[in-house]
Amino acid sequence: MQPFELITVNSVPDAVKAQAASPTAQQGAQVRFIAGGTNLVDYMKLNVETPRQLVNINGLPLDTIEPQPGGGLRIGALATNTNVANHESVEAQYPVLSQAILSGASTQLRNIATTAGNLLQKTRCVYYRDTAFGCNKRQPGTGCSAIGGHNRMLAILGTSDQCIASNPSDQNVALAALEATVHVTGLKGDRSIPIAEFYTLPGNTPQRETVLEAGDLVTHITIPPLPAGTKSVYLKLRDRASYEFALASAAIVAKKNGDHIEFVRVALGGVGTRPWRSFEAEHVLHGKAATPANFRAAAEAALRGARPQSQNGFKVELAKRCLVHALTQATA
Amino acid sequence: MPTQNDDCTRPMTSLEKLSRRAFLARAGAAGVGTATASVVVPIASAAPPEPEADTQEPAIPGTIPVTLRVNGETHHLQIDSRATLLDTLRETLLLTGTKKGCDHGQCGACTVHVNGHRANSCLLFAAMQQNAEITTIEGLGTPDKMHPVQAAFVEHDGYQCGYCTSGQIMSAAAMLHEPCGPTDSDVREALSGNICRCGAYPNIVAAVQSVRRNS
Repeated sequence: MQPFELITVNSVPDAVKAQAASPTAQQGAQVRFIAGGTNLVDYMKLNVETPRQLVNINGLPLDTIEPQPGGGLRIGALATNTNVANHESVEAQYPVLSQAILSGASTQLRNIATTAGNLLQKTRCVYYRDTAFGCNKRQPGTGCSAIGGHNRMLAILGTSDQCIASNPSDQNVALAALEATVHVTGLKGDRSIPIAEFYTLPGNTPQRETVLEAGDLVTHITIPPLPAGTKSVYLKLRDRASYEFALASAAIVAKKNGDHIEFVRVALGGVGTRPWRSFEAEHVLHGKAATPANFRAAAEAALRGARPQSQNGFKVELAKRCLVHALTQATA
Repeated sequence: MPTQNDDCTRPMTSLEKLSRRAFLARAGAAGVGTATASVVVPIASAAPPEPEADTQEPAIPGTIPVTLRVNGETHHLQIDSRATLLDTLRETLLLTGTKKGCDHGQCGACTVHVNGHRANSCLLFAAMQQNAEITTIEGLGTPDKMHPVQAAFVEHDGYQCGYCTSGQIMSAAAMLHEPCGPTDSDVREALSGNICRCGAYPNIVAAVQSVRRNS
């Protein structure tokens, strides 16, 4: 691990100022916020992350979970995954978020990992994690070792010729389906970013994963209220029954009116370069009968743009079946 | 083949000048055992010093002062900022009951309690745990006064080689205070962050369930 200076800040403006000394908030940042550290410390041990300064933000007052007037929920950036998943408001109003978080990692990790840290967690691609290999995300211009290499766990949606790394988070798939907003403060003040606009596609700049700039600090997320009577499901398919990343997952929020789908949100995990909200699937389903045929049509629409790689072609059909199964459960 | 992200023209800090490991890494020897090797300075003051005592140790170059509360005792240390809680517990404080299995938060062998909650000590920097109450397996119970989970592991033969065992016990002891369903499947899910190469899982689950039944 590269040597670093550890500083502790006691206010949000001090945090912003400290990280703004880095030229970037993206890959290669010289100054990093550290909260739980369950992702960052892992990557620092691998020398994938080599900040020369860590800014300890655990003392900032950003860990509350508060119902909002009007029915939504506000979750502080430092709220731990465990506290969010077990919170009575999350369990009652957004069970898909609780299910998603609890399906990921282990209790030890969830006790320490934070909401914003999970938002920003990095890909598990073996080449990204190994400085001996060329990786356009870690070091632009060095090529993508995963294309034609070990890519079984990687993406089929949102990829480019430069990068096929999948986003591994479960929390973020649920937040995409719930249309969460990410609230950020930075050198230019506060701004609110819908989660659909928060993550970038790799394109020709895979080293950039979000719209965050130097100095930006995620302070909290908000989730709008859902219509009454919705049912939500997080279905995660993977090689092991627990403590393993998704091969394909689906977050569904749905409400039926009689046997027709009145409201539906669909997001996919394990298959996208970012948490994958599927407007295509929603468009097929809205107002239609909740039948296996319509679910399958939605799944076909969701995966229409899929670009399978040499080892993950199975994910195309797997993701479709995952989606159909999750829709069936959510409309039962 | 490009190896490091760091800027080689940046002047070395005194910390880096002292670290041979850092020099090797900067010279392009990528991945030279930096991931798992300890960087702790093996000097510890195990006895909590009196506040008024004039026994301040001279500052050790390349370290920062860190105070840790472990098993009810206070330790004033001088350690590298990179030192994980795991390495500090084992190599500075000589509390070797906590084990290093993977050093990357994937096996659970390093599980300790931080303010009563289970966590992987390999992913925590010791310098960031200065206000925490840390409990290790040594603090959970002793041979003469075992924690109920320890006693259950003995009774139900919940281990073979023993290497995952302290992590399993720390994990289970904390799990008793967490929401968890009643079945064996629920216990397996709750403890899925602790892996056992010997496959002692059936006896581990039996041990944990016996404690839950008797509580």
